[in-house]
Amino acid sequence: MSDDAVDPDDVRHVADLSRVDLDDEEVERFAAQFGDILSYFETLDEVPETDREADLTNVMRPDEVRDSLDREEALRNAPETEEGYFKGPKVS
Amino acid sequence: MSTEYNGYVTEERIEGADDGPLADWTVAVKDNISTKGVRTTCGSDMLADYVPPYDATVVERLTEAGATIPGKTNMDEFGMGTTTETSAFGATENPAAPGHVPGGSSGGSAAVVAAGDADAALGTDTGGSVRCPAAFCGVVGIKPTYGLVSRYGLVAYANSLEQIGPIAPTVEEAAELLEVIAGPDERDATTRDAREALRASDERAGDAREQENGADYEFADAADGDVDGMSIGVPTGLVEGADEEVVETFWDALNELESQGASYHEVDLPSVEHAVEAYYVIAMSEASSNLARFDGVRYGQSGGFEGDWNESFARSREDGFGAEVKRRILLGTYALSAGYQDKYYKKAQDARAWVKQDFDEALSEADVLASPTMPVPPMELGESLDDPLQMYLADANTTPVNLANLPAITVPAGETGDDLPVGLQFVGPAFGEREIIRAGSALA
Repeated sequence: MSDDAVDPDDVRHVADLSRVDLDDEEVERFAAQFGDILSYFETLDEVPETDREADLTNVMRPDEVRDSLDREEALRNAPETEEGYFKGPKVS
Repeated sequence: MSTEYNGYVTEERIEGADDGPLADWTVAVKDNISTKGVRTTCGSDMLADYVPPYDATVVERLTEAGATIPGKTNMDEFGMGTTTETSAFGATENPAAPGHVPGGSSGGSAAVVAAGDADAALGTDTGGSVRCPAAFCGVVGIKPTYGLVSRYGLVAYANSLEQIGPIAPTVEEAAELLEVIAGPDERDATTRDAREALRASDERAGDAREQENGADYEFADAADGDVDGMSIGVPTGLVEGADEEVVETFWDALNELESQGASYHEVDLPSVEHAVEAYYVIAMSEASSNLARFDGVRYGQSGGFEGDWNESFARSREDGFGAEVKRRILLGTYALSAGYQDKYYKKAQDARAWVKQDFDEALSEADVLASPTMPVPPMELGESLDDPLQMYLADANTTPVNLANLPAITVPAGETGDDLPVGLQFVGPAFGEREIIRAGSALA
């Protein structure tokens, strides 16, 4: 899929993995653009392998109980709720 | 308040404390920074009605310092853009160059400052999104060292790259605003108390100024315009490809600094040639993960409940996201998918480490590095949206700084023959904010 040509089925496959529906016009447009962009990204092949050992610091804090949002605030932006819960579509 | 250039998404005042260092200031806030009770849209239909139940740490610090927030500023959707034309709430126009883009993605923030409708503003910089619009609008912008400013309450796009930064008419005002928002935050584990690092950086620069233990950051004091003896490295690779008039303006400004006692030498940074592609691979990969939270169930636009979870989810994201956001989510998913991770993502991380090494080396022999902020003057509105790759290439000079997690400032360097603003960027060592502020204050 990476050798220049990106066909519309490739775009549909990635869109499916990303959970984004696309219309046919978008699929066509992205297929053309992705070819250019991905072949540009391929110039990263010229980058030498580089040592990247970062100094790591432990940033974990003690696990302690703190104030949090109350239920009403946490649900305020949900499009649908029921009896204090988020309401979502069925899972399968 | 003037809005004919579409600088604000929401004009709703948030009053600050009665007194404090910013008591007389109005500070506009980019619309991807959470404000309790005031909608925060990220320039997206997905979040058109989202009202955060809490304040970002920087918003708390602003209001505690006495600032009044006059509204939330327009931006490229989720911070993804270089022109502020991809907002679901319409494009912003550049008040300093009518008919042209204000730069992106913090275009609304730079525009309201340039127009004088706010004293200062906050933007966010993932690959140049504070510096680009500040340069295009003829104002000052600072991208802080990664970890200096808390990102708690910033709607995440690419966590490992982005920082909140100030935009203001002068270097001193931008530095004052940075003082207020800087400092560790227990709610953001990537922040650190940088005062010790700042002192070390001062010592490297031969600055004898005494810093008291536990004192404030004192960035504004560094805006003294004194560049006598300062050593400036110029990465030739960031100058050569730029527009002719931009290059001319850049050298004029450097000559001005030389006349004030600074010296400059050319430096070679071979890694920066790959910075843009490394930046986009990393940013898109992080975006594909971060934006997975917008499912239309907890918040965001709902796709309705027809079909199963995946179908409903995919439908809400089709409706809620604009083209650039979809493009980046898809490309990021692709770069992280089985079989391509080594080819793109791992290589981009190598490039990132290489860029860091290159900058560290160059900054061991210079106090700051200087380049044009943008390789081009502001584009005309609508001119460049059709070709995403060309748009990405406009970020060549700003993205290396985010990959290396370093601080940078853009200051107005002059204008082209058509009165289009040109910005000059200074890059400093980690927590070298005072050095870049000092250098910038000699010009603005």
